[in-house]
Amino acid sequence: MDHEFRILPDQASSVASQVDSLYFFLLGVTAFFTVAIFLAIVFLAIYYRRSANRHSAQSHSGKTWLLEVTWIVIPLGLTMVMFVWGAKLYLEMQTPPDDAIELQVVGKQWMWKIQHPQGRSEINELHIPVGRPVRLRMISEDVIHSFFIPAFRVKMDVLPERYTTLWFEATEPGEYYLFCAEYCGTDHAKMSGRVYAMPPADYAAWLAGTTTEPPQAAGAKLFTRFRCHTCHHEGPDARCPSLQGVFGTIVALADGRTAQVDEAYLRESIVDPLAKTAAGYQPVMPTYAGQLNEQQLFQLIEYIKSLSPSGATNDPS
Amino acid sequence: MTNSPADGRNYLNADYRFRSWLLSTDHKRIAVLFMISVTMFFFVGGAAAVLFRLELMSPRGDLVIAETFNKLFTLHGVVMIFFFLIPSIPAVLGNFLLPMMIGARDLAFPRLNLASWYIFMTGGVLAVGAIVIGGADTGWTFYTPYSSTYSNTNVVVMALGAFVAGFSSILTGLNFIVTIHTMRAPGLTWFRLPLFVWAHYATSLIMVLGTPVVAITLLLVALERGLGIGIFDPKLGGDPILFQHMFWFYSHPAVYIMVLPSMGVVSEIVTCFSRNRVFGYRFIAYSSLAIAVLGFLVWGHHMFVSGQSIYAGMIFSFLSMFVAVPSAVKVFNWTATLYKGSVSLETPMLYALGFIGLFTLGGLTGLFLATTAVDVHVHDTYFVVAHFHYIMVGGAVMGYLGGVHFWWPKITGRMYPEWWGRLSAGIIFIGFNLTFFPQFILGYLGMPRRVHEYVDEFQVLNVMSSAGASILGVGYLIPLAYLIWSLRYGAKAGDNPWGAQGLEWTTQSPPTTFNFPETPVVEREAYAYDVDPATGHAAGSA
Repeated sequence: MDHEFRILPDQASSVASQVDSLYFFLLGVTAFFTVAIFLAIVFLAIYYRRSANRHSAQSHSGKTWLLEVTWIVIPLGLTMVMFVWGAKLYLEMQTPPDDAIELQVVGKQWMWKIQHPQGRSEINELHIPVGRPVRLRMISEDVIHSFFIPAFRVKMDVLPERYTTLWFEATEPGEYYLFCAEYCGTDHAKMSGRVYAMPPADYAAWLAGTTTEPPQAAGAKLFTRFRCHTCHHEGPDARCPSLQGVFGTIVALADGRTAQVDEAYLRESIVDPLAKTAAGYQPVMPTYAGQLNEQQLFQLIEYIKSLSPSGATNDPS
Repeated sequence: MTNSPADGRNYLNADYRFRSWLLSTDHKRIAVLFMISVTMFFFVGGAAAVLFRLELMSPRGDLVIAETFNKLFTLHGVVMIFFFLIPSIPAVLGNFLLPMMIGARDLAFPRLNLASWYIFMTGGVLAVGAIVIGGADTGWTFYTPYSSTYSNTNVVVMALGAFVAGFSSILTGLNFIVTIHTMRAPGLTWFRLPLFVWAHYATSLIMVLGTPVVAITLLLVALERGLGIGIFDPKLGGDPILFQHMFWFYSHPAVYIMVLPSMGVVSEIVTCFSRNRVFGYRFIAYSSLAIAVLGFLVWGHHMFVSGQSIYAGMIFSFLSMFVAVPSAVKVFNWTATLYKGSVSLETPMLYALGFIGLFTLGGLTGLFLATTAVDVHVHDTYFVVAHFHYIMVGGAVMGYLGGVHFWWPKITGRMYPEWWGRLSAGIIFIGFNLTFFPQFILGYLGMPRRVHEYVDEFQVLNVMSSAGASILGVGYLIPLAYLIWSLRYGAKAGDNPWGAQGLEWTTQSPPTTFNFPETPVVEREAYAYDVDPATGHAAGSA
């Protein structure tokens, strides 16, 4: 992040050099055709300039269709290369590995709040280890934002009421810019921060330098505070389904459909419980929308996940 | 070759009363009304750009506060797109020339044409009114839920301005389609039409089919904002991605509303100043239609990181690639038109050749944005800003200025000063590239668009861009001055100062109210520059 003049950002993630390779291919094609057209125009305009013995043109005689077909096929072929190359890389960039560390990101006007699984949270800063894939589960409290780390060549919009994900693997320790890329109101320009990519040992030390409780512990307290346990418990008189082991399963719904219990389903069941009522239960749960902020929703969901073996994959050890 | 009636009457001096202009149903007078209107809007939008480029000279927000900056770029976008670029060529040059090019006395619906201008001005008054009462800060894209719920500015009035102006566009498109179908002169078959007419036909299709969708979308934003009806805000049960789909369904084709007419202008100018038949007439004509149709299938390439399905993203990427083909076909055919021509480089030709070069770069950089993996990085950065300015300013505005110079003698009966014309074309070309080329680099470095402040390392390129903008500003003021000057002091043009083909050049300058003394009969294809008009035989340079 020095201030010298440059034309490329740092290459600090596992995909950065691949994106740049494709970018250079596109640059090459662009430069070739731009220069070719420019030179052709200059040459033709000078060579066929109007003069005393050249005042009216010859007609284009003969077959021109071969030329037309040529300059249809060549751009088509080149753009298909771009499409396939781009789509393959895009798919890779959109598919997080299973062993990624999962952090939670809340965007709001005009700041980023980030929560680590071990409990440490930060604002407008993101500390991550190099050499390990990191997955961000992101949501906005208000308008659309977009999480953008130029040095990693990654960007994803952050939406209200809906989780989106972004993943990357930092390869170079260092300090990088974090920007909001989607215009979000007055202080959009100030909604930026720093990413600190650290060697794993340093990251562990940074994580340890905190007394904040892990999100699942905070979520357990919320679970008690909002008296969720009065209905969600095991036993014959439970008015709502038990949450033990529910994450990662497929549950039957009262209307005959089924639902995959993932973070999005859990969040919806808290803020809009009647949207998908589990089979065998009455639609009695009130909504908690407005009573819990997005960070508290994350914590509750982390707690519910910790009740299932499959939800513990992101356990910080 | 003069058709001037003995009494020296033309459409300009037919009646001097003020109301004879404001109530005119003459397509040429309405075109002049539009020209004056869009010129005013152009300088309003340009002034906003000058202000925010000045702000961006330094990384800190020290000239205007953030609210003002956000209102400035919103004003710039809304005014330039809805009140300059979309109407500029169709409503000014198209209005003036389309009936003359097909040998008609007027458009099919002259009163509807006048209504288009009044509707346009109503929209303009609303948009300018929104600025006067405090402005709006949503960006021209009006993204929800910011626009529908969170912004505290005059979003509804601004959106209403764009909404109303859309109807002007729909009526103009409708008028053109009916006129082209029903009012062509005897002998003027579809494949004898000037390519300007083909381009306007394709543009009109987009206007008629696309504009209602943006009108509905803006209306829904206003309903959500005013009455709390949940359409786009998820807190009200809506979906903000739905807004983006509906908005881009129109706004991507709208790019082709802006650039297709320019392509029509370039086809006329390049042939005239090469004294040559256009290379690949049918390929250029069909490529306009291909662009219009493909334009409706690619909107999702604005949404690769919006949360839309990644497979939808790939399909939109695939379809977007096809737009490159008709675009490339046009560029290659125009360039080939110079081959074995007799080329002269007056001002309109400089603009037309400038268009080809800048459109080539603008189009090719569009491929970066259509390529999913690269778009993830450059989406919503200055790379996008640079790309669409190469299309809209390097393309559409260059074409408009080329057309204005080319047909100025026909519209006003006077010549503009050639030296000044060439000078300002050169200044605009240099100023344009200095303004927007550095923005490609800024975008790849990661500078987001619509930011009031930025990190220090982006400053050098931003200063270059702002310096270019000031040159560009001067470049636009020079033609304004000399074109007004030429109305009184310019040399008399005569009927056909360029020796151009095309029916509009066979009538007097300025034309009479009904264009032609009698309906012309067309016996040849367009651009028969190799045919001696006197004998009808091929002349050739040999």
